[in-house]
Amino acid sequence: MRAPLQGFLRWLDARLPLTRMIRQHLTHYYVPKNLNFWYVFGVLALVVLANQLVTGLWLTMSYTPTAEGAFASIEYIMRDVEYGWLIRYMHSTGASALFLVVYLHMFRSLLYGSYRAPRELVWIFGMALYLVLMAEAFMGYLLPWGQLSYWGAQVITSLFSAIPVIGADLAQWVRGDYLVSGVTLNRFFALHVIGLPIVIVALVMLHLVALHEVGSNNPDGIEIRSHTDEKGRPLDGIPFHPYYTVKDLVGVAIFLFVFAAVIFYFPEGGGHLLERPNFEPANPLVMPEHIAPVWYFTPFYAILRAITFGFLGLEAKFLGLVFMATAIALMFVLPWLDRSPVKSMRYKGWLSRLFLALFCLSFLALGVLGALPPTPLRTLAAQGCTVLYFAYFLLMPFYTRLERPKPVPNRVTIR
Amino acid sequence: MRRLLLTWIVVLLAWPLSAMAAGEAVLAHAMRPDVTDQASLQRGMQLFVNRCASCHSLEYQRFSRAAQDLGIPPDLMQAHLIFSPELTLDDTLKSTLAAEDGERWFGVAPPDLSLTARLRGTDWLYSFLLGFYRDPSGPLGVDNVVYPGVAMPNVLEPLQGVQARVCGTTTAPVSGVPRDSVTGRYRSCDLLELDQPGEMTPAEFEAAMFDLTNFLAYVAEPSRVQARALAPKVLAFIFLFGVIVYLLKRDYWKALR
Repeated sequence: MRAPLQGFLRWLDARLPLTRMIRQHLTHYYVPKNLNFWYVFGVLALVVLANQLVTGLWLTMSYTPTAEGAFASIEYIMRDVEYGWLIRYMHSTGASALFLVVYLHMFRSLLYGSYRAPRELVWIFGMALYLVLMAEAFMGYLLPWGQLSYWGAQVITSLFSAIPVIGADLAQWVRGDYLVSGVTLNRFFALHVIGLPIVIVALVMLHLVALHEVGSNNPDGIEIRSHTDEKGRPLDGIPFHPYYTVKDLVGVAIFLFVFAAVIFYFPEGGGHLLERPNFEPANPLVMPEHIAPVWYFTPFYAILRAITFGFLGLEAKFLGLVFMATAIALMFVLPWLDRSPVKSMRYKGWLSRLFLALFCLSFLALGVLGALPPTPLRTLAAQGCTVLYFAYFLLMPFYTRLERPKPVPNRVTIR
Repeated sequence: MRRLLLTWIVVLLAWPLSAMAAGEAVLAHAMRPDVTDQASLQRGMQLFVNRCASCHSLEYQRFSRAAQDLGIPPDLMQAHLIFSPELTLDDTLKSTLAAEDGERWFGVAPPDLSLTARLRGTDWLYSFLLGFYRDPSGPLGVDNVVYPGVAMPNVLEPLQGVQARVCGTTTAPVSGVPRDSVTGRYRSCDLLELDQPGEMTPAEFEAAMFDLTNFLAYVAEPSRVQARALAPKVLAFIFLFGVIVYLLKRDYWKALR
């Protein structure tokens, strides 16, 4: 049995870089040995993405992408398709889970400076992924054709109309109609199930290839490749497989336990994963009292709404759009804003820590404010949080140089 | 480091809870459905087909699926719960009332109730069913505290009797009314009092409305019955998997140190 298998592998290796790929990316890919809890979320994002692709495929088999049939086809999946309810809940809960792990994954980067040279491209591919994921989630959200699906899409596509001169035509071009309609549903469906998933998978590959080229950062923010043995292997590195594959599996098991518990016992997530108004079919004539996006978009929605004033002849709505877009665009240039001589928060000064803490708190607060109906006080709070959000980025070149960092050890430390 | 982590976990857990608490008016009655109580669901279905189904449809609920989930033998279902000769076991619970007729008689077509329990919540549904009172000013002679201006007559009046709306105090929270700090009670003019008794005592009627709401909660999400049955097996499997990979991890990493 062994000899023919090895013969086949030799035959394969002469035609496909199989063994070389396994060595390069798994068994001889060296990873710092001091990676902690925060490093599991990249793998989890991959697991949830796989879940979305597989469950999405099965949902597509029974879903009807028309304004007349979409809502009823979801109920058909929930009731008449074998395990359709499970597949649907895995997909709807998976969307939120993906954003949760991606946010924690991004926080890890901010904490340990994983976006710094030489990992700028890893960060930029990751940010591009985040952006495309937002588009993917937004378009997927329209497909159940419930009231909130419809009006959420209506509100967001109408943002395009705030752009001066070309706005109205652009919004109409995006929707394919004067209002969100069956035409919009068809194109969102096409983009959600084919167009964007291809882009996402391609970006994930680029993100991973770029990461493996430079190697993982670690909680100390120092390069393990600068201390190697005589064979060129990093002294503080261990092979990804088997060490991190088994360690990540533990993380995956814990994650799956929580994920399954939500799917089976709280699929609506208290109205945050599946919202109540979405159990009513879309009605273009009746607008719901309160329209808010799903929780993972609410921080940016709060920034959009926080801009209540026009400036230099520009409308408040357009300015809000500009602020929202800038809030995301600034993350792309983060590697060039951080001027600290050290990468990790472990060795940065208290100013960096303060700004990161304020940034995280303001992001969470914006998330809550964006989900609630606006009041004058809440708008004021959102404006304050928006200032803190932008301060983190715009003041970074200054506070990272002002503070005095702690001395960085030569080799990685294990805590 | 550990402190930072803990703070994060607390923040992440507390945040959805705090967001949930905001908004949402307080309803007079709370109702927690129990889809494992087959007897209650059966009574609820009986009430539904006898008192509601002539006007309201459950367009996504099949008789056969209800028979299976509620433990009702199909022949009994066919004999006692399917009234229209046009409907078979594999059909959904469609009312015989045409939408145009409903609109002509009541001003609006009676809504489909398949998803009402998920759309409005079981607290709302239960409070609505108990919330009818006599109001001679309206065209139907009744109104509802939960849904003012309701277009539906109180079809359950023979069972419940007639309620009157009175002013008074109560210990149960009332929407939009502050709690009296001295007596701990709420003063409201939205309180209901039984004026003429019906066939059922108030306690019997509340129990019947619980069953009806429970049935509608089941109809809104029949998969909950399956989810409850499947969940322990899946969670036990993942737990076992977790234990095994943890032991594996410990073994591999032991060699490292």
